[in-house]
Amino acid sequence: MLLDQRSDHVQPLRFAIGYLTAPVHYLAHVPSAMGQWASSQAVSRADLQSENNHLERQIMILQQRVQRLAVLEAENVRLRELLNSSAELDARVLAAEIIGIEPDPSRQEFVINKGGHAGVYRGQAVLDAGGLLGQVVDIGPLTARVLLITDASHALSVQVNRNGVRAILAGIGQPDRVRLLFVPDTADIIEGDLLVSTGLDQRFPRGYPVAEVIRVAHDPGAPFAIVEARPTANIDRASHVLLVERAAPRREREGGAQ
Amino acid sequence: MRERESRGTPAVIATFFIAALLTVLPLPEAASLGRPEWLSLVLIYWVIALPHRVGVLWGFAVGLFQDVLTGAVLGQHAVALALVAYVAIAAHKRIRVFPPLQQSVVIFLLVGTGALMSYTVQNAVGRVLVPPVWVLLPALVSALLWRPTFSLLRWTRRRFLVR
Repeated sequence: MLLDQRSDHVQPLRFAIGYLTAPVHYLAHVPSAMGQWASSQAVSRADLQSENNHLERQIMILQQRVQRLAVLEAENVRLRELLNSSAELDARVLAAEIIGIEPDPSRQEFVINKGGHAGVYRGQAVLDAGGLLGQVVDIGPLTARVLLITDASHALSVQVNRNGVRAILAGIGQPDRVRLLFVPDTADIIEGDLLVSTGLDQRFPRGYPVAEVIRVAHDPGAPFAIVEARPTANIDRASHVLLVERAAPRREREGGAQ
Repeated sequence: MRERESRGTPAVIATFFIAALLTVLPLPEAASLGRPEWLSLVLIYWVIALPHRVGVLWGFAVGLFQDVLTGAVLGQHAVALALVAYVAIAAHKRIRVFPPLQQSVVIFLLVGTGALMSYTVQNAVGRVLVPPVWVLLPALVSALLWRPTFSLLRWTRRRFLVR
């Protein structure tokens, strides 16, 4: 039974029991959902207006960026054609709501309200507005379990957006800290660098922001530099997430795994 | 005679369902360190109250349910709760006549055994971060909550004539 953890034989059983556990998660979410509903009902008119203004301003800014993005994307495709490499665009996105947080504080996971019936699959990347959140590790029929990038058992391949230096980003079990593993002392990584996903791990789509470097320390006694980063996604505040589906079947790429 | 024996199964299942709800209810992080093992408590109560009906198999099934619920290794809680049910069924006559304080101590030992068992499994799979002392905190909280739980479940049992 326990050894089956290593293989996929018990997955159907897990899926079946998922029908029983889904109502529990949905019900446990009701109190907090009601609280949110009540507080959104009790908002004053002035607050709503200022929020509305704020959102309109944000839309303006974002639309301006999108205009620029369309040009850049076209240019990118043209350049890729010049290089004879295939364009990669991630197409379908599925929105989901977080309905449960892992009760065990030593694990960084949450439960979302979309499952196998909505087309969620294992290994699917999960994002929020700020960046990469984690990946789906367990599917029920109506719910799915997401492992966060901050979990101590999670690692993914990232690169520095500024210069393309690659590294492995691993969680350490804290919601606001991740660490880069095996970074040579001489690597060009400084505080404030944005780390984006590379796609080399064949799990996550390429080019999404993951974390921002907040501390680089060199210990003369240690073989590697200590690089700490903060996830750009709102790990402990997100309530809605996006599931990204790969448009094309997995491409074969050279090298690279966790 | 057979029909009289199997009364009130929905009530038993309902209590397990509520316990499962309490298991995944969001709590502040500090409080969730000491979250009591509700499913273990409810299981122990039913084993002591109805040893001829609720036994190791129930423990195993409830544990399997908890595994999927909390995303644990499949079988981790199943083994732990089956063990708890076994010990409880072996000692149910003694536990029944214990005074409240002594009963709570036994509950602490039982829940603690289950928690350590599931900790061992977790450890074997390499998914633990906290030292094992923290595992006993939920057991302690469970023991403190045993009396209220016991009264509530006894009321349930009498109200719905579970036997």
